This record gives sequence, C-alpha cells and structure tokens, in this order.
Amino acid sequence: MSDLDTVMVKKYRNNFLKEVEANVEEGEWVKMCMQCGVCAGSCPLGPYWEHPPQEIFMMIRAGKRDEILRSSSMWMCTSCYNCIVRCPRELPITHIMHGLAHYAERLGIAPKQNPTRKFARIFWGNLTKAGRVNEPVLGVGLYFMNGFKEGIRTTLKMAPVGMGMMKTKRFNPFAFMFYRGCKGKKDIHKIIKKARELELAKAAKFGG
Amino acid sequence: MAKKEYMFYPGCSSERLASASNYEISAQAMCDVLDIRLNEIPDWNCCGASIGYAVGGELPRLALSARNLAIAEREHPEQDIVATCAACWLATREARDRLEEDGVLMREANEALAEAGLKYEAKQRVRHMVEVLIEDVGYEELGRHVKKPLSGIKIAGYVGCQTNRPFGIEGESFENPKYLDKLVEIMGAEPVEKYDKKVACCGGALGFSEPEKSQALIKDIVEAAYDGGADMIVTPCPMCQLNVEIYQNQINKKYRTKFEIPVLYYSQIMGVAYGKTSKEVGLDGQIIRARKLEELAEKG
Repeated sequence: MSDLDTVMVKKYRNNFLKEVEANVEEGEWVKMCMQCGVCAGSCPLGPYWEHPPQEIFMMIRAGKRDEILRSSSMWMCTSCYNCIVRCPRELPITHIMHGLAHYAERLGIAPKQNPTRKFARIFWGNLTKAGRVNEPVLGVGLYFMNGFKEGIRTTLKMAPVGMGMMKTKRFNPFAFMFYRGCKGKKDIHKIIKKARELELAKAAKFGG
Repeated sequence: MAKKEYMFYPGCSSERLASASNYEISAQAMCDVLDIRLNEIPDWNCCGASIGYAVGGELPRLALSARNLAIAEREHPEQDIVATCAACWLATREARDRLEEDGVLMREANEALAEAGLKYEAKQRVRHMVEVLIEDVGYEELGRHVKKPLSGIKIAGYVGCQTNRPFGIEGESFENPKYLDKLVEIMGAEPVEKYDKKVACCGGALGFSEPEKSQALIKDIVEAAYDGGADMIVTPCPMCQLNVEIYQNQINKKYRTKFEIPVLYYSQIMGVAYGKTSKEVGLDGQIIRARKLEELAEKG
C-alpha cells in the first residue's frame, strides 16, 4: 500500500472496531465475520438477542458503541459453544460475546437490571471469597437479587427443590454459617488482584 | 493392568453435600473397579465456570485456572489432569491451551502466580473423565468389568454442551457424538436411537438467572427422551444433570406435562453394571429416583 492509502485507511477505520480489537477478549477476530448468520441460527436463546452475534459484528464495524455495550444481547449467551464449532470462519464467537459483556461491565455501562449480569456478579463474588463456590449462599444471593419481596416469593417457589436437594445430601445447610473453601484464599486474592492490574495496564485508552 | 494415575480436579459441585456429590461418589466407585487412582489437586480452587467471564475478564480468569494447573504440575508433572465436571474441564483446558499458545499471556499469568510463589509451564494435558475411559481404558476393557448388564433399561444419552464443544472427544462429531450411546450399550442397556436433543443446551448457568427461557429448553430435552421411549437420561455434565432433573416439577406446572424421568451420570450406570450397590454409586442422591437401576443394584 502507498503512504496515501495507509493514511486513508487510518482515517476511515472505525474507532470502535479498533477499541474492540485492543480491549475485548479475542476482539481481533471481529473483522473476520462474513455475515452468514450461522451463529444466530445456532444459538439456543437466539430469539431473545436484541442483536444476534452477526449483527453485533456488523454494528462494531459501523461504530455502534453504545447500542452494543448497553445491550442485553451478550448476556443471553449460555456458553453452549455451538456458534464456535459451526462458524465457517472459525471466529471464537462465544469468547467474543463474553469479552464484550465483560468490557461493558468493566466500563460500568452493562444493563443494570439484566438478571444474568446480576447473577454473574454474585457468582464471582462468591467464588473469589473462599476460592470455591459456596452453593447455598449463592442460591440465596440469586433468589434475593431483585429485592426482599421477590426473594421471599422465589424462595417459596424453590422450597420443594431445596428440600429435595437437602434430602439427597446435595445441599449443605451448615455452609450458611461455616464454609471453609480453599486454604490458600489469600493467595487466590493476590493472584486475581495482580492479574487484574496487568490486564487494566494493558487496556488501551479508549475510555476503557 | 497397571494402575493408572491422574491429578484429579473434582470442582465445586463435587464437594461433600454439594449439588453433584453423587457424581463424585460414583466416579470414585467406577475408578475403583477400573484401577484408576485419582490424586486430588491439593487445595484446588473454582475454575470460574461459564459466567466467571462477566466480572473476571480474561487474565484474572486464566490466572484462576493457572493456580490449579501450577499446583498440579508441581505435584505430579508426569500425570495428566482429569476433571469430571464439564465446565471445570473446559475452563482448565482452555486456560492451558491459551497460555501455551500465547507467550504474553503465559508471562502475565506467571507474574500473577508469582504472588503465591507458583510457576506454570504447561507440561500436562487436561482431560475429561470420559476421555480417560475411552482413550486410556478403552471400550473393550470397560466392557470386561460388567457383572450386571443393564438389560431392559432404555437410556437417552444426553451429552449436552461443554463436554462436547468446543473441544469434544477425539474422533467424535460435534453434532452427533456416539460415545455415550456406545458406553450405554456396553453396559448392557439400550440407547435411545436418534435422540435429537443429545447435544442441545439446557441453559447452563442461565437456568438460574433466566429460568423461564432455560426451562423451555429443558422441556424439549426431556420430551425427546420420552419420545424415544427412555426410562432414564444419562449425562457426563453436572450442570446438565442438575438443570434437567430439578426443574421437572416446575415444568410440569407450567406446561401441564407429567415429567418424572431420572437423570443420572454415566459413572452411576457404570458403577451399577460393575456390581456396586446403590449407595456406592450415589443413587440415593437422585431427587427423581432411578427405581429400575436401584432394583438391579440391590439384586445379589
């Protein structure tokens, strides 16, 4: 390419695409999408995506930053990996969707009321606290994530399931009071803290 | 045959009194018969599972798995790591592969691990228990230990997502893997042929956060098993097991169905076929009891 071409490419290159390439997990793959739509057709929750994956890829190139990052779409991903194994261009679509969701969360613009986002926050807090998931505490956190009133309603609805789990020794009521988790929890906290520092230091400055 | 040894990553749901404690019990019983020794990774931690990405991001998530990998490598670098949980396997193998391929991520992960005095070099393979059964033990040997063929039992082999994608089992297709049906057959049971929901998604973690959407998926998985004449569903994944078993009542209320089909682990049916008792394979851990299997297990 001539120098002039390079300048033109730079000028017309969309900034959000560059931002995604720099800051989103596996983001450098986005430009490889050929818009076939196999991902959207393969998604178990496909009908619930405001913008299906192939549309998201096009929107990234069109610079629709807010529409994407504030959307609930990526939060519909069940991590089934259908899209990954079927994509003819071998884009790691699941990881890109996770990456976009995480990036929106990190920027503080992910949809606040989305239930999977809320649950994912509770889940991460739960697992990092003791190094392992404390299932009963996670369950109660989930039931009460939309407030006390709904929490009581959900708890009552889930009571038969909980009783079933308790009877079959797959639920530990004592974990509410005492849960040991990992011996090396402090190590785990240090590892995660350092990893986060490194990741943020690497993130390019696109407001990310 | 010489004893096979592995570094074992059971995962959070396999802890005592956790949601897949019956999987752990039955896996141990099965391994006991097959002369497989599982050396638990000391002080293993959670892998972040399928929704850890949201807050965790890439490097913290990889570093979390790298701690388990580094400890396993320090303990027994010559042994493969084996996980029974699909999500544990996926996250750990993904971390291993990505760190091995990407020198920058490997350096950064090691920088994080150094905070805890650990170091990782990606010396071991990370495998799922069914890989060990199929590749290291082999179908023939698996069949040789059958004492009580599960005759007269029809089983829908529900492989699900994360044992199957994105890695899957060598030589199997993503769309129609056959290994679970083959295992069922070797144990003397009859697999449901053309079980069209065998690799469908149960909603995974969204079973908790988006119950209505997930239960619509689960309904189809159960319905297809009934359509195929199944007595029970068998799966290699703790998330699948939980989602497909525990919501059947709620689905019945919503869709006016009459579902009551047991959902078991492959290790439980294998354990029974190998002559273990109900308790030894955790059949008392089923919310929907697998009566046919219990009867067979208790028969002398």
